[in-house]
Amino acid sequence: MLRKIIVTIFILVCFILQCSVFGALSLAGIIPNLMIIITSSFGFMRGEKEGLVIGFFCGLLSDVFFGDMLGLYAMIMMYIGYLNGKFSRIFYPQDIKLPLALITVSDLTYGIFCYLMFLLRGRLDFPYHFVKIILPETLYTIIVTLFLYPLILKVNDRLEAREKRRTQKFV
Amino acid sequence: MPSKYLLLILTFICTLLMFITFGTNVFNKPLNTVLGYVVVPFEKGISKAGGWISDRSEELVQIRSLLDENAALKEQVAMLTEENTILQQNKYELNKLRQLFELDEQYEEYNKIGARIISRDSGNWYSSFIIDKGSDDGLREDMNVIAGGGLVGRITSVGPNWSRITSIISDNSNVSGMTLATEDNLIVSGNLHLMADGIITFSQLVDSQDAVREGDKIVTSNISDKYLPNILIGYIHTINRDNNNLTKSGYVTPAVDFEHLSEVLVITDMKQQIEED
Repeated sequence: MLRKIIVTIFILVCFILQCSVFGALSLAGIIPNLMIIITSSFGFMRGEKEGLVIGFFCGLLSDVFFGDMLGLYAMIMMYIGYLNGKFSRIFYPQDIKLPLALITVSDLTYGIFCYLMFLLRGRLDFPYHFVKIILPETLYTIIVTLFLYPLILKVNDRLEAREKRRTQKFV
Repeated sequence: MPSKYLLLILTFICTLLMFITFGTNVFNKPLNTVLGYVVVPFEKGISKAGGWISDRSEELVQIRSLLDENAALKEQVAMLTEENTILQQNKYELNKLRQLFELDEQYEEYNKIGARIISRDSGNWYSSFIIDKGSDDGLREDMNVIAGGGLVGRITSVGPNWSRITSIISDNSNVSGMTLATEDNLIVSGNLHLMADGIITFSQLVDSQDAVREGDKIVTSNISDKYLPNILIGYIHTINRDNNNLTKSGYVTPAVDFEHLSEVLVITDMKQQIEED
């Protein structure tokens, strides 16, 4: 229960920050994608199920406020969370290389899916969009990851330790 | 439940949602309401605090440049005063002529509501804002939004205490416009390519007499079904002849500074209502 509340607060805070504070901190008009960091991190830390549920809700938030229709970003984010969950078996908290690599790939994938929406409206210049939007966003996201990821890891550790104590009590 | 089944079920739900909400907005209302009450109050607080901080820092930076600007503006005031007297004379004459022709007031005064922008698009692909007023304040979808005398966009989604504005520079936006001087119709579309340069594109301008010039004003056309007529969109930046030799396209400099936008005016009159009257 506590985990659910804390993760919900985490998602909401990051969404609000992304829409307000990071808009002011944008570099060359590009803002980082905090939602991907959360979805991806919880995916590889906690497994497929939690990854896909968190991804779904992160996506749904963007859908409600900024999407043309409901469900599109929710689905993209859900699959990203699910696929990240596949890597939970080879994840070690001490290792930062795997998280960075996974978040990079996730954000690139997300960017390419967003570009597909543009492609449908006849914007054919993929190299331009890749260099000007997708790559800078990924770079900025990686920089933010370096600060945000340790925080997520710490919160998750605390929660896991607490859950462990509780189950031991019952045994 | 194994995650595979959950994934399958949610995928199905998402697809269904997409199909349903593509044309209708059945689910928008409850979701907009719930999330509006959870997220919007925080966004309001943050935008207020952020606005205060950026105001203070900007004040410090700007004092020096303000002194120079003040001198330049004084000169401009002198020029404009002179121009104004001439215009006043013209207006007097115009009114007399209008009375003569028994013409009604062409530009109606629209009812407007002021609103503050509290958040921007969470991604980098489109350009939309969230404002702090919604259906509780009488706002509806498709209402036009202006700022500083120019068109900002229109409302595309409404919650009880927030609404989303899709701006005219957004890549998925198209506005039916016309040149003010010659009343030629054209389509103004946003473009992500040009967003950084502060310009947008226009196309399908039929100007067989080559009367449209660079710098001409573009306003919303009277045949648009979403936008009220004669709202200033911007000025023509460049004109190019299309390959078909029939139409022209080019770039428009918007009248609104989308980089520094914090307050907007929502016009609460809507196109349909006016036509019904």
